[in-house]
Amino acid sequence: MLKIAVLYPDLLGTYGDGGNGLVLLERARRRGIDASLAAVGLHEDVPDASIYLLGGGEDGPQRLACDLLAKGSFSSRVESGAHVVAVCAGLQILGHSFSVEGNEEYAGLGLVDVVTRRGSSRSVGELAVRVGDRWLVGFENHGGRTTLGSDIAALGAVARGRGNDGVVDGYRSQRIWATYAHGPVLAMNPWFADEVLATVLGEELEPLASVADRLYAERCATLSLRPLE
Amino acid sequence: MGLKICPELLGRLARGRTVIVVSGTNGKTTTTAMIATGWGGDVITNATGSNMPAGHVAALVGSPGSRVVLEVDEAWLPEVVRTTQPRVVVLLNLSRDQLDRANEVRQMAERWRRVLSSHPDDQLVVVANANDPLVVFAAAGARHVRWCDVPTSWLGDASSCPQCTRPLVHESNSWRCSCGFAKPLAITSTLGEGLVVGSSPATLDLSIPGHFNEANAALAVTALAEVGVGVADSVGRINALRDVAGRFTYRRWNRHTVRLLLAKNPSGFTAILSTIDPEPVEVWIAINARIADGRDPSWLYDVPFESLRGHRIYCMGERRLDLATRLEYADVDYRVVDDEASLPVVAEPVALVANYTAFSEWLARTAPC
Repeated sequence: MLKIAVLYPDLLGTYGDGGNGLVLLERARRRGIDASLAAVGLHEDVPDASIYLLGGGEDGPQRLACDLLAKGSFSSRVESGAHVVAVCAGLQILGHSFSVEGNEEYAGLGLVDVVTRRGSSRSVGELAVRVGDRWLVGFENHGGRTTLGSDIAALGAVARGRGNDGVVDGYRSQRIWATYAHGPVLAMNPWFADEVLATVLGEELEPLASVADRLYAERCATLSLRPLE
Repeated sequence: MGLKICPELLGRLARGRTVIVVSGTNGKTTTTAMIATGWGGDVITNATGSNMPAGHVAALVGSPGSRVVLEVDEAWLPEVVRTTQPRVVVLLNLSRDQLDRANEVRQMAERWRRVLSSHPDDQLVVVANANDPLVVFAAAGARHVRWCDVPTSWLGDASSCPQCTRPLVHESNSWRCSCGFAKPLAITSTLGEGLVVGSSPATLDLSIPGHFNEANAALAVTALAEVGVGVADSVGRINALRDVAGRFTYRRWNRHTVRLLLAKNPSGFTAILSTIDPEPVEVWIAINARIADGRDPSWLYDVPFESLRGHRIYCMGERRLDLATRLEYADVDYRVVDDEASLPVVAEPVALVANYTAFSEWLARTAPC
């Protein structure tokens, strides 16, 4: 049973990020894989899950979500085998620290060796990232500038937009994917949703045709992204 | 028009008139039209879509008359309140809309609060929705507030306290935070079975659809009471309002009859979807993502499209594939319309829900019935 949990969508769901959970659920179910989706509320404990999703949020709610996650079992569940897809504020929360409301530094969960400081300007617009031999497309809207530690790899190289720092976007560890692209990112990039699913399930997946393939092709064409081999 | 000279000019043009301003994420245009209609007689108001100072100046310049109601873009409200010295400020609601431009909805509430709590004019009255925590946060510092207890369905942006960020507790018809911030108790107007403004009951029987429009009417009637319009008089006139800049109207296009509905963001969409009848099953939805719409259509995932199961949705507009993908994951029957000439003709009028620029296109391309 694939258990998907969207954490605190009331706080971290500014950009339709809850859609990522729905996409994973539906792409699993349509392949006949038993799956469940839970949206975890403010007053609930973090449940057992195969994969957790963290979305974007405003400064105040981001701090509150970080406090709630720090108190509960989230970190230990991730360390003992659960996977995470983190977008925007979620990406920042997993790191050592982030800055909200001016330049005040706030302690993150420290699960990943990254630090986010306030950028000199806000980054709002289309984001395209080269991840291996694929494009990842989405929309970014954040004021963070994220620096990766020496042992953590970026998710990919930025071709449009800013991502972490104008050069790379997000990060990737064994069980964590993080990006500044919302959209939501798993709806816009069906290949990425399937890569996450296949990794979590530990098996290869049958292809699944959907209108999302057309959407993905259209977004890549609009951003003048040439196909990668 | 230079934005620098606008505020000063706007201030001069507004001087000596009775001004009501209306702002909020959803319902601005409709509520402004309700106030203009409900006031009775000649009322100066701004043209649809021109809700920034240049549009306000255009409405006032060369227009004699003492009664003015202005729809104001949320981001421009502080500036317009400072310059026009309004008699009444109507605050409808605040939720996520075009976040690529207005970034954070809480910051907006903060800016509103600053201008309303420091306003020097003792005559200023704020008419505010008591069920929207962000609106309450914005209005609470004003000297005179008329709180309106109206049903407010979208609270997706108000789960954490605007004052201290702790979780808000929502229960039955109330909400509060452990820090003491809570729904106001001193309610002026209530919309339940009927509408009561102060001690005057009235029966709302609107010609336009949607419970959300009854809430808008309640705030309009409350605002008009502040400038001396009797509740029975304003309600009678507002009940007869049928056409708000083409919204809710039936229009012809080729052999089709459509009812044009505007929805620009999750809360607006949620409200509009609740007005769609089970028949006909066909519903047209047109989505663009130009600058005026907000360039980021990710909000589609915040709209409960699952309520459209049983319908067949025709996806139109420049971002029809984003819509189609959303509907596919919602398990809603859809068709991607690449060629609008192929749309099937249905006997009954079809609901056509469109966001801002898509709505404008359809309004221009259709004719009144």
